Amino acid sequence: MSILSPTGHLGFTPIERGSFDLGVARGPDAIVADSGSCDIGPQPLGADEPCSPEDWQRHDLELMLLAARRLGVPMIVGSASDSGTDRGVNQYAEIIRGLAQRHGLAPFTLATIYSEVGRDEVARRLRHGTRIAGLDGRADLAPDVLARTDRLVAVMGVEPLVHALDQGADVVIAGRSSDSCIFAAPAIRAGFPEAAAYYLGKVLECASFAAEPFMGKESIIGTVTRDAVTVTAMHPGQRCTVASVASHAMYERANPFFEHVAGGVLDMTDCRYEQVDERTTRVTGFTFRRDAIYRIKLEGAGKVGERAVAIAGIRDPYTIRNIDAVVGWARAKVGERWGEPGARYQLYYHLYGRDGVMGPWEPERTVGHELCVVVEAVAPRWEDAEIICALGTRNLFYARLPEVKGTAGTAALMMDEVLRGKPGYEWTVNHVLPLADPLELCTIKTEVVGA
Amino acid sequence: MRTKRLVELAKTIRSKNAGVDQITFDVIFGDRESYELVKRSGALTADVVSQLYAIPRERITAFVEYDPAPAIKFTIRRDRPSGSPGERDVFGAQQYAPLFDLLVPLDA
Repeated sequence: MSILSPTGHLGFTPIERGSFDLGVARGPDAIVADSGSCDIGPQPLGADEPCSPEDWQRHDLELMLLAARRLGVPMIVGSASDSGTDRGVNQYAEIIRGLAQRHGLAPFTLATIYSEVGRDEVARRLRHGTRIAGLDGRADLAPDVLARTDRLVAVMGVEPLVHALDQGADVVIAGRSSDSCIFAAPAIRAGFPEAAAYYLGKVLECASFAAEPFMGKESIIGTVTRDAVTVTAMHPGQRCTVASVASHAMYERANPFFEHVAGGVLDMTDCRYEQVDERTTRVTGFTFRRDAIYRIKLEGAGKVGERAVAIAGIRDPYTIRNIDAVVGWARAKVGERWGEPGARYQLYYHLYGRDGVMGPWEPERTVGHELCVVVEAVAPRWEDAEIICALGTRNLFYARLPEVKGTAGTAALMMDEVLRGKPGYEWTVNHVLPLADPLELCTIKTEVVGA
Repeated sequence: MRTKRLVELAKTIRSKNAGVDQITFDVIFGDRESYELVKRSGALTADVVSQLYAIPRERITAFVEYDPAPAIKFTIRRDRPSGSPGERDVFGAQQYAPLFDLLVPLDA
């Protein structure tokens, strides 16, 4: 069985057409793409907004849908519309219906899988004594943290996707899903061992990132047998090499040997990689262990406040040397009117040219001849965020330094203006929830679309 | 003592989110000799990372020598989840630069 993976994040930047068409010409058995990530920050989930333009999402869905229907093979999209909320599933389903009508496609079955979880449902489970364990060093989920959460999604494993395919789905639009599971599902349903199926998913999830040289949004094809996965780059200038495929196992994960999915763990410790032709690498030696208890990952985001941003520059070398005192002055002036930062407001000074990118992790102590100061204020009400940001920025201009020569203003304002950013959110939930039944939190609907 | 900077020995040096609470760093080598040399030299260890980034040792949640790539990989727990107010690097993609200048003794 072969699966075509055209993009690591559908809609984030449009799919490149050339390598996609070359992949389709190979006649894959499914066309599968992930469309979401928690990399984009907590705001899209918390506010339930896409972070990609619908134009690009439609572009990618159209390419995949037309090719999959022409080949008569399943199309699967996971984590619809960036965060995989119910809104995202509905939005993509509506795009699919519209495309089917516009292109006069013959009838096909569309399955939608919803995996958003209500806060009340999670609270109920907590009250019944369910332990919702924190990931990556987090404490177990507590009621107060849940209360700060605006929206949650459960990251589905293969089971709902297999179920949808069993019901005859030609096109599956799924809510938040584990990236590797959307690829593993058709392989598992076709009877391939879990280890090979999950490895197939692992290697395909980011499309051309598993190939070299570095290119995004190019297609790759993975082929699974009972004990091996081969992966081939479709772009004529890209190759899947032992090094590129092995390094991809490390990408975006703390440990290159293990991939945790709902229900188990893929063990890549004993993987063997071999180059079978110039653009293809074969991998063997993976194993899969099922967990004793089926657990599903929960992601949740909560709003912190409205966000205001302003930008100032500093060129005076004496002021730059004393930038901490300047920021201290501005913070103090805000503090006089608003008290200490905390629940009422948060105030950040990003000092580009010193440590704006790395903050306290920055080991380099030299500072440039000019500094860019980005002032970020967050408060529950926009009006408050705006004036706190203005106060914290204008006081860079009025900072009092004992030996300053430039007594007409200690900062350059690119404009005396406060910009409104999207509200600030926080990842409040990064936890795992035990389930009795892998399907219990999701809803699967099917409908016939077209003609 | 003859030395080379890590950036001269590695093919790829990168950082990226590993989930919302961690940033993971990959130092990938184009040849096994450079990889073995850096491993042997002790120029890149969890203690070195802890000092370079001025973080307590326990914030480094993984440090792995990964032969198949070959690569050295480590992971740091963030101060707060990615994308929170005050964020400096939502994707964690620009945290690797200080590794370039680590000096690797060639005669180790």
